Amino acid sequence: MAETGQAPLFTPLGLLAELTHRCPLGCPYCSNPLALDPRDSELDTATWERVFSEAAALGVLQVHLSGGEPGARRDLVEITAAAHSAELYTNLITSAVGISAQTLDRLAAAGLDHVQISIQDSERGSADRIAGYDGAFARKRALAGEVVRLKIPLTVNVVVHRANIDRIGDMVALALTLGANRIEIAHVQYYGWALRNRAALMPNAAQVARAVETVDELRRRHRGEIVIDAVVPDYYARLPKPCVGGWGRRSLNVTPAGRVLPCHAAESIPGLEFWSVGQHSLADIWNHSPAFNAFRGTAWMQEPCRSCARRDIDFGGCRCQAFALTGDARATDPVCHLAPRHDDVVALAAVQADEPYAYRRM
Amino acid sequence: MSGTAAAIAPDARPRLPRGVRLMHSEAQGGWVLLAPERVFKADAIAAEIVKRCTGEATFQAIVDDLAKTFNAPRERVLADVTAMLRGLADKKLLEL
Repeated sequence: MAETGQAPLFTPLGLLAELTHRCPLGCPYCSNPLALDPRDSELDTATWERVFSEAAALGVLQVHLSGGEPGARRDLVEITAAAHSAELYTNLITSAVGISAQTLDRLAAAGLDHVQISIQDSERGSADRIAGYDGAFARKRALAGEVVRLKIPLTVNVVVHRANIDRIGDMVALALTLGANRIEIAHVQYYGWALRNRAALMPNAAQVARAVETVDELRRRHRGEIVIDAVVPDYYARLPKPCVGGWGRRSLNVTPAGRVLPCHAAESIPGLEFWSVGQHSLADIWNHSPAFNAFRGTAWMQEPCRSCARRDIDFGGCRCQAFALTGDARATDPVCHLAPRHDDVVALAAVQADEPYAYRRM
Repeated sequence: MSGTAAAIAPDARPRLPRGVRLMHSEAQGGWVLLAPERVFKADAIAAEIVKRCTGEATFQAIVDDLAKTFNAPRERVLADVTAMLRGLADKKLLEL
């Protein structure tokens, strides 16, 4: 069996539902945009219900209930039940702060399939400092215990950067102790808040090389015991990532206020026209909205992408990163060693500073 | 997958763990195995194998049934199914 690579005719597989941008934590690499949707703009329960049923009809199989912190929504159980009724696989992506054991019981009864809990570090003090929230670490451990008690599969997500990259082994050990089936080791990707904190988050080359070796070794050691998925460190890569499996090919993202994006950072690219679930059906947006069609296929590409043998493998890399680093969203992602601006990435990776974080706040 | 996968006990009762399920999707054009933050496409044969992993049937019975249903040599079926189920178990998609 092969992991699905390219779905024919661009049928989406996954929907990231950003239920709210509210979050008690302040992680300096938060994937939410700098301009956060305020509470009074958030979609109501009935609209999410409609979005899920339209998503299922469109072919979506999995919904990722995310945020912000989804536990900040009082109707999280109703929203989860609606996704489950639409026969979607439901995945809760949570900081664990704001989900009580009682709420988790109700979510399990509503059909929740999987929980992902983010953990900022294997050491309490460092973890709470990175999260910008005293006591977060203890609450994460507690909720992880509840998830396992309910026999819901648990993924631990760890975002890796210069403050915790030397403790990957400890973090995998922690995930095993917590009873996780899977750990996601994701190097920071530099958009939005992380771009603002880039120098404070950037690891050095030796740390990155050790991290890659460590992950390989841990995978061998824990084969069959825990699944270790790793996201490569962008700025130290030679080839760009096939971001979101290709623009408008596999996934879509609905913001708290209902705008539908090809990826969570897409609004950082100026000039794109996003449609909203308030005005259009999801199928209409997926098939016809200008933003989704902006970088589909290969016609938009420039050289060296246009004639590259890998153009249908990595799709020229990430459009948001191309824009963030070159000012041109059609440019080759400068992470690629063939990109005219690749040297910029090498130079930026060398800019590292132990400076205070600009925490994500509303 | 190679034929070197470790043997599976004949009386094992393979089953999908909570959080993993097989589903048919018209829009995706066939069978899919849904798992935590992953989706695997299953061809018709893989789907036939996974469908039998209910936690009730023994591994031995599953192999017998597949060999009979597909009129294939039992030894060959045993090797193929062992390799596939071991592969799924390594990915935490199956309990043996």
